[in-house]
Amino acid sequence: MAQAVAIVGTGQTECGKRSDVSYPELVHEAVTRAFEDAGIGPEDIDAVVAGSMPPAMEGVNNPHLYLAGAMGAYGKPLMRTATCGSTGISLAHTGFYHVASGMFDTVLVVGAEKMNEGDPQGTMATVADPFFQRPFLAGAPGIFSLQSNEWAHRYGIEEKRVRMAAAEISVRNHNDALRNPYAHIRIRTTIEDVLTARIIAYPVRLLDVCPASDGACAVIMASQEKAGKLGRNQAWIKGVGYCGEQAFFGEGDKVVWKSAINAAKSAYDQAGISNPLKQLDVAEVYNPFTFQEMLFYECFGFCDFGKGCELVEQGVVMPGGELPCDPSGGVLCTNPIGATGLQRVAEVVLQVTGRAGDRQVPGAKTGLAHAMGGLDQFNGIMIISNEL
Amino acid sequence: MAEESRILTGYVSLPYKWAMGPATTRFYEEFRKKRIMGSRCGKCNRILVPARSFCSDCFVETDEWVEVSQEGSIRTWVLINFAYEGQPKEPPYILAILDLDGADVGLPHFVGGFEMKDLETVEEKVRIGGRVKAVWKENREGYILDIDYFEPID
Repeated sequence: MAQAVAIVGTGQTECGKRSDVSYPELVHEAVTRAFEDAGIGPEDIDAVVAGSMPPAMEGVNNPHLYLAGAMGAYGKPLMRTATCGSTGISLAHTGFYHVASGMFDTVLVVGAEKMNEGDPQGTMATVADPFFQRPFLAGAPGIFSLQSNEWAHRYGIEEKRVRMAAAEISVRNHNDALRNPYAHIRIRTTIEDVLTARIIAYPVRLLDVCPASDGACAVIMASQEKAGKLGRNQAWIKGVGYCGEQAFFGEGDKVVWKSAINAAKSAYDQAGISNPLKQLDVAEVYNPFTFQEMLFYECFGFCDFGKGCELVEQGVVMPGGELPCDPSGGVLCTNPIGATGLQRVAEVVLQVTGRAGDRQVPGAKTGLAHAMGGLDQFNGIMIISNEL
Repeated sequence: MAEESRILTGYVSLPYKWAMGPATTRFYEEFRKKRIMGSRCGKCNRILVPARSFCSDCFVETDEWVEVSQEGSIRTWVLINFAYEGQPKEPPYILAILDLDGADVGLPHFVGGFEMKDLETVEEKVRIGGRVKAVWKENREGYILDIDYFEPID
C-alpha cells in the first residue's frame, strides 16, 4: 500500500430533526468537534473532501459552495464526492487517497445531510434513469425489500425465521443507539413491537427501516509524520475496497452480491485479513434495513451464503459475541445519508481507540466500516486498526 | 437563552428534456405496438431488456434486436405501502423484478390487476417464480407505463 494514513480526529453531531440549526451550522458543529478531537484547527488542513446525497435532497444545488465556510475550506483544495448511500465511505476513501498518495499531509473529510429539509424518497426516486426505472424505484424501502425477498427465497429460509432474526437485529440496534449520544432514534423496542409494526414495504416494517435524519460527521486524516507530531489518539487505515455494478436494476445478482463481495475482498487483501470473523473485533455494517444486514454478513465472509440468520441466532454478531456488529446502533437508528458511511468510520475509530463509552467493545483492535449506495450498485469498505 | 430557528418554505421544480437516443426511441416505437424488444450482445450472447445500444458488461455494441415474450416469472416482489413525492400510483401497489421469457436480465414493473386488501390476499396471488403476463393500456404514448401492469396468470 501507499503511504500510511492515520485518522487523528472525529467529530459527530447529535442527529435527528435538527431544525434548530441551518445546514451550514450543522456541518460547522461536526467540523468544530473534529478539530477539538485532533487538537488542531483549519490552518492545519491541507485539503478538504466533502459530500452528501444528490443536492435535490436539500434543494441547494452546489452544496460544497454552500458549506465551504462551515468547513473552514476557504483558500484550500475542495473536492466533492457523492455516491448516494455510500457517499460517506467514498468520502473516507477520497480522503485516504489524498494522504496515501503523498500529495497532502492533513485532510478534513466531511459528510452531511439534512433529510428533513426535503423529500428523501422522492429525491432517491430521481437517482434512477427517467426512461425505464424511475417509476419502479419506490425509494430505498422498495429496492431493499425486493432484495430481502429474493435472498430468503434463494436459500429457502423460512419467513418466520428471517423475521425473527431481523427483529433481534432491530432490538439490538435500538438498545445500542440508547448508548450512542449521536444516535437519532432512542426508543426501547421488543421483538413483539418489531414483528407487529406497520408494513412499509413488505417484508419491511416500520422498525426494520432506518429513519430520515439530519446530521453531520467529520474525520481528520493525516500522514504518519503529521500524526506522530500530533501524538494523540490514532487509528490507522489498513485497507479500502470499493466496487460498482450495472445501472440496470434487474441485471445484477443482489443476493450473491458482487459489489459487496469484491469491496470486502480488496480491503481484506490489503489489510491481511483471511478470516474476518476471527481477525475483526467489531464491524459497522451499513444496515438501513434489518434484513439486509444478514445478507452483508454472507457477502463479507462472516459466514457461508444462506447462513446469515445463524450468526444472529447464535449471538455471534450480538453484544458479547465473537464479532459484535453495529455497536453505534447502526444506520437503522441514525441515517443522515451523506454522513452515514463516515459515521461508520468514526464509530470504528472510537471503538479501536477505546473511546466508545458505554458501548465500547472490550479490547477492540481492528474493525470494519461499510456503506452501500448507488441505487444498490455500490459497496465500499474500510478496515481500521489501532496498530500501524 | 431560547434561540429561534425559523423555517423558510420553498419549492424547486425544474423542467427537463431528456434525449432518449436511437435505441430507446426504437424500443418505445415497438412498445406502442405492444412488442417488448431486447437486444443481443454478440459477445456474451445475453438478450438485454429493455433493448439498448451497448452491453455494459462486455463494453461492445449490441448487434441484433429480438422480440421477447409478454409473459415471464416473478424474480422478486415487494408490496409498497408508503407515500412519497412523485409516486407513480397510490399505495398499496406491488413492484417486482420480472424475468420475461427469452430475456437474460430482469425488468422492473408493477404486478397488479387484483384487489390488494391485505397481505393475505396479496400472497395468494403473488409469489416468487409465479407466472405473469403484460396488460397494456388502451392509449399508449411510448413509455414504460404503456404496460399498465403484469397480471398473475397461474
